[in-house]
Amino acid sequence: MTVALETINLVKRFNGIIASNNVSLQIAKGARHALIGPNGAGKTTLINLLTGVQRPTSGRILLDGEDISARSTHERVRLGIVRTFQINQLFNDLTPLETIGLAVSERRGQGLDWWRIVGSRPDLVTEVVEILERFHLTDVIDKRTAVLPYGKQRLLEIAVAIACRPRVLLLDEPAAGVPEDERHEILAAVAALPSDVTVLLIEHDMDIVFSFADRISVLVNGALFVEGSPEEVARDPRVKAVYLGEELADA
Amino acid sequence: MLTILFDGIAYGMLLFVLASGLAVTLGLMNFINLAHGSFAMAGGYVTVLLVNRLGVPFLASLPIAFLASAVIGFVLERTLYVHVYRKSHLDQVLFTIGLVFMSVAAADYVMGSSQVFVQVPASLQGQFDISGIGIGRYRLLIIVICGLLTVALQFILAYTRFGSRLRAAVDDSRVARGLGINVNWVFALTFAFGSGLAGLGGALGAEILGLDPTFPLKFMIYFLIVVTVGGTSSITGPFLASLVLGIGDVAGKYYVPTLGSFVIYTIMIVVLIWRPQGLFSRAASR
Amino acid sequence: MLPPPIAIRVATEWLSARARWQPLEIVFWLGAFAAIYLLPESHLILTEIAWLGLFALSLDLILGYAGIISLGHAAFFGLGAYTAALLAKHEIINEPVMALLVSGLVAMALGFVTSFLVLRGSDLTRLMVTLGVALLLRELANRLGWLTGGADGLQGVTIKPVLGMFRFDMFGHTGYAYCLTVLFILFLIARRLVNSPFGLSLMSVKGNPLRSSAIGISVDARLIAIYTVAAGYAGIAGALLAQTTSFASLEVFSFDRSADLLLVLIIGGAGYLYGGLIGAIIFKFMQDYLSVLTPQYWPFWIGLVLVVIVLVGRERITSWTTPVRRIASHLNWRALAHRIAASSSERH
Repeated sequence: MTVALETINLVKRFNGIIASNNVSLQIAKGARHALIGPNGAGKTTLINLLTGVQRPTSGRILLDGEDISARSTHERVRLGIVRTFQINQLFNDLTPLETIGLAVSERRGQGLDWWRIVGSRPDLVTEVVEILERFHLTDVIDKRTAVLPYGKQRLLEIAVAIACRPRVLLLDEPAAGVPEDERHEILAAVAALPSDVTVLLIEHDMDIVFSFADRISVLVNGALFVEGSPEEVARDPRVKAVYLGEELADA
Repeated sequence: MLTILFDGIAYGMLLFVLASGLAVTLGLMNFINLAHGSFAMAGGYVTVLLVNRLGVPFLASLPIAFLASAVIGFVLERTLYVHVYRKSHLDQVLFTIGLVFMSVAAADYVMGSSQVFVQVPASLQGQFDISGIGIGRYRLLIIVICGLLTVALQFILAYTRFGSRLRAAVDDSRVARGLGINVNWVFALTFAFGSGLAGLGGALGAEILGLDPTFPLKFMIYFLIVVTVGGTSSITGPFLASLVLGIGDVAGKYYVPTLGSFVIYTIMIVVLIWRPQGLFSRAASR
Repeated sequence: MLPPPIAIRVATEWLSARARWQPLEIVFWLGAFAAIYLLPESHLILTEIAWLGLFALSLDLILGYAGIISLGHAAFFGLGAYTAALLAKHEIINEPVMALLVSGLVAMALGFVTSFLVLRGSDLTRLMVTLGVALLLRELANRLGWLTGGADGLQGVTIKPVLGMFRFDMFGHTGYAYCLTVLFILFLIARRLVNSPFGLSLMSVKGNPLRSSAIGISVDARLIAIYTVAAGYAGIAGALLAQTTSFASLEVFSFDRSADLLLVLIIGGAGYLYGGLIGAIIFKFMQDYLSVLTPQYWPFWIGLVLVVIVLVGRERITSWTTPVRRIASHLNWRALAHRIAASSSERH
């Protein structure tokens, strides 16, 4: 098994709270790895640490064997680790065409080009339109992102990440907040992700997790609790206890 | 040298009283009010009119100056400022700059453009001499009044119900509203109070800072320095920042007159690079 | 599976739609150049409008496109002005265009050095820092009286003819043609810049810096770049002022200048490059008109305009100045979108 992404004893502490507690995670290349856990377990913190939005208190992060712990967010994206956000983070005044166009042009290293007019490179435009078609966004290609329906925005969120040609893609609750009738498009898009991209999926919805993942890690109170194949995790009584415990607490 | 220190402390405490209203408004409503100096100017001119033209005793004019500025602040807050709270920081900057320009021109029109002085009563002129240190009587008064105000402010914030409502509204106004605190009234009263304090500071400060229509522009940077260096999450932050600024400015102008305000601006820039959230504030929770 | 050529062609047209020259733009520039011949008696005020427009354009680059609120843009303007004036006075560089370029470079250097200050901190911190830099420069200019003439300003500056051929006259004929040409060239460069991938990345940084860094954009590097360029533009505007008036004084650094500049840009509207130019025209005429009425109290009316603009809403104000552009672009966009959507659905 080649390890695409690995964390070694990752710890994050703020103001006395331990948000990530000695997390050592290994994600295989090409895997469909899901990260689940009750609310407040530290899943989003872990994503923030992996992408450089937050710095760990201690521990290391390795991408394809290379230590990226000291790299900034945008450097990590260039190295191939890209995320989507649980709450859409898009460019409200740009259109999907411009948004994907930006991502592709940045990836191709043309971001500092201040002389050429946007859109004057046909090969770039081809790639952009192709991505938009794949994510069924061509019918809203010219509309400002702010006016798109939520499901389309969510698709755009994933499309932008894919436009960066990641080696590792971190999906933070891709179907969150999406109305029932638009969910299938999101799920289809996630299922259709290229097989050479390693995917770490954070999800609450167990149907999605079990249909998509080949390996599941359970995070509780910032620490890795259980890890294994979907069948192993589904059968594990400790996992049930943690979730049941949460349900009892909510009641 | 101790005289310089004394003068610096007086100046610093005066700055604190002047800037405290701004600190609260900024911390409370995240609103950048560049027109804060205009309220100070108003208080100063009210005192000048009362004392010079109407013969009102100086000490009696101080609370009147406070009230006048507080009332103006309250009225402006309810009629104009309230519409700008939700707008972007750029809009707030533009709006308050507009108010500054209007107030400066209005003051010019009404009071004339030359500097005016308050006819300070004889009892406050001159200085004591205590073991070689010249203690200016007027400056001593400033220290006493400002010191009392600072203690009172701290007391109000920490020990009264209004104070806890204010602190709640600063921390999270949505939750505060949910708890039944009338956040709008808290804002209005606080703004009025802050403006009143500015007016009082203007009245006290007219004598040593010089009062003319360009006052809000000249001193805007000082208030902003106090607030950004001191942070807005406590009273002590701006207080300490004001003292540092006051002593630094007086000492700087005395010892290195060729550099003048240069020193202040440089210190400010350095501080802001090093700690953008201010020297004394705790990390923002938002 | 490649998308059909027609969809690609249409998408290309769409992406470059922003960059295409609109008819109104051509009319604007033709009019501006025609004024050299047709409006000789207005050349003095037109010269002022030209460099003020350039100054506002430089602010638009950082405020309208990158979202940096600056209260001290006059720092670069003033530095450019003093540099140009000093170069001429001490006959270090006699040819105005060369001196202009050098002044611009000096201002750019300052812009680069101070750009690091505006990267960190909140809006208020940036405001403070930019204001602080401008006040610092003003103080410095005040203290270095032996160099700058102090509070009296720099006297005894004579500007040699442009390119050795076009002498400056007191009616502003050369001045206007000179300023307009410089403005036009710099405008063209700025126009390419904002319509390029770099320009698009600036808009993304302004809109959502978190997302921008999540697609691999180094937000800091982009901001430093645009801030530096904008500082250079402001410096050139200041140099134009100095060269057309043969004078430089402390008030080039003043807060009033930075504040007036904000107003100029806001009147015209930020974020589409012409706002600064249109704002400069409106502002100058307003100033001309009001200073006849109330010479001493004209800041009052400026303040009132600012307050009213904010209360009414900036978007509503600027939408009046670009109605035709909006309609034209809407028509364009709808047509393109339908064609792309149609060509895609045909194949599914």
